[in-house]
Amino acid sequence: MIYSLLVNSSPASGHGARTAAAFARELLAAGHTIRRVFFLDAGTFAGSTNAVFPQDEADRLQPWIDLAELQGVELVLCISSALKRGMLDNTEAHRYEREAATIHPAFIISGLGQLVDACAHSDRLVTFGG
Amino acid sequence: MAELTVKKRIVIVIRHAPYGHSMARACVDLALAMGAFEQDFDLLFMGEGVLQLLPHQDAGAIGLKNIGRALSSLPLVDVDAVYVDASALARYGLNEQELVLPTVPVEGDSLHRLLCDCDHLVGC
Repeated sequence: MIYSLLVNSSPASGHGARTAAAFARELLAAGHTIRRVFFLDAGTFAGSTNAVFPQDEADRLQPWIDLAELQGVELVLCISSALKRGMLDNTEAHRYEREAATIHPAFIISGLGQLVDACAHSDRLVTFGG
Repeated sequence: MAELTVKKRIVIVIRHAPYGHSMARACVDLALAMGAFEQDFDLLFMGEGVLQLLPHQDAGAIGLKNIGRALSSLPLVDVDAVYVDASALARYGLNEQELVLPTVPVEGDSLHRLLCDCDHLVGC
């Protein structure tokens, strides 16, 4: 079955983002396909390469990096949600004359059309947080 | 992005008050995007989300864009229907005639059917 995930909650608050990453990993282990993970609103903080979490807590970023780099899962941050939170890739940092990118390269920044596409081409859309 | 030839029936469930949370604006933007890509979608306003439908919102007073005005442009992008949780309207003392969009009140069985009959529920 083809799944897409919509992540609305920040990795810094609650457990929605962490549960989403675990769910994605288990979907693939069970033989399902993930068309896309779309991060909206505070969910876009998942892509932060600058966030520092307590060392005795679970890593928030690495599970997503593994999904993207080892399993080829597409991770898309909503551009309007991301920009106003300072979540920039190299292109956006350059465009808005900011000093550096702030998101991990495992993530890409794109528009809401990617969520519309994910809905249209997935059997299941599962929302986390919000 | 692949061609959007496959259409699913989507219900966007809006549960946030208009200016208390950034998710309210994100949800309206999603509805406008669904319309721009000619998807089959309905909106359902529940709980304090019904406050987004109030007329005469003065968002400029807090430096934000008017969500009511954005919502009132939805008929231009062919939203299929706008449903509203009748019990939430009653709780906030709202009359469906005064809202920024024509709405269909639902409750009980009709609300249950709406939620069960679509392909995707997008909660935000």
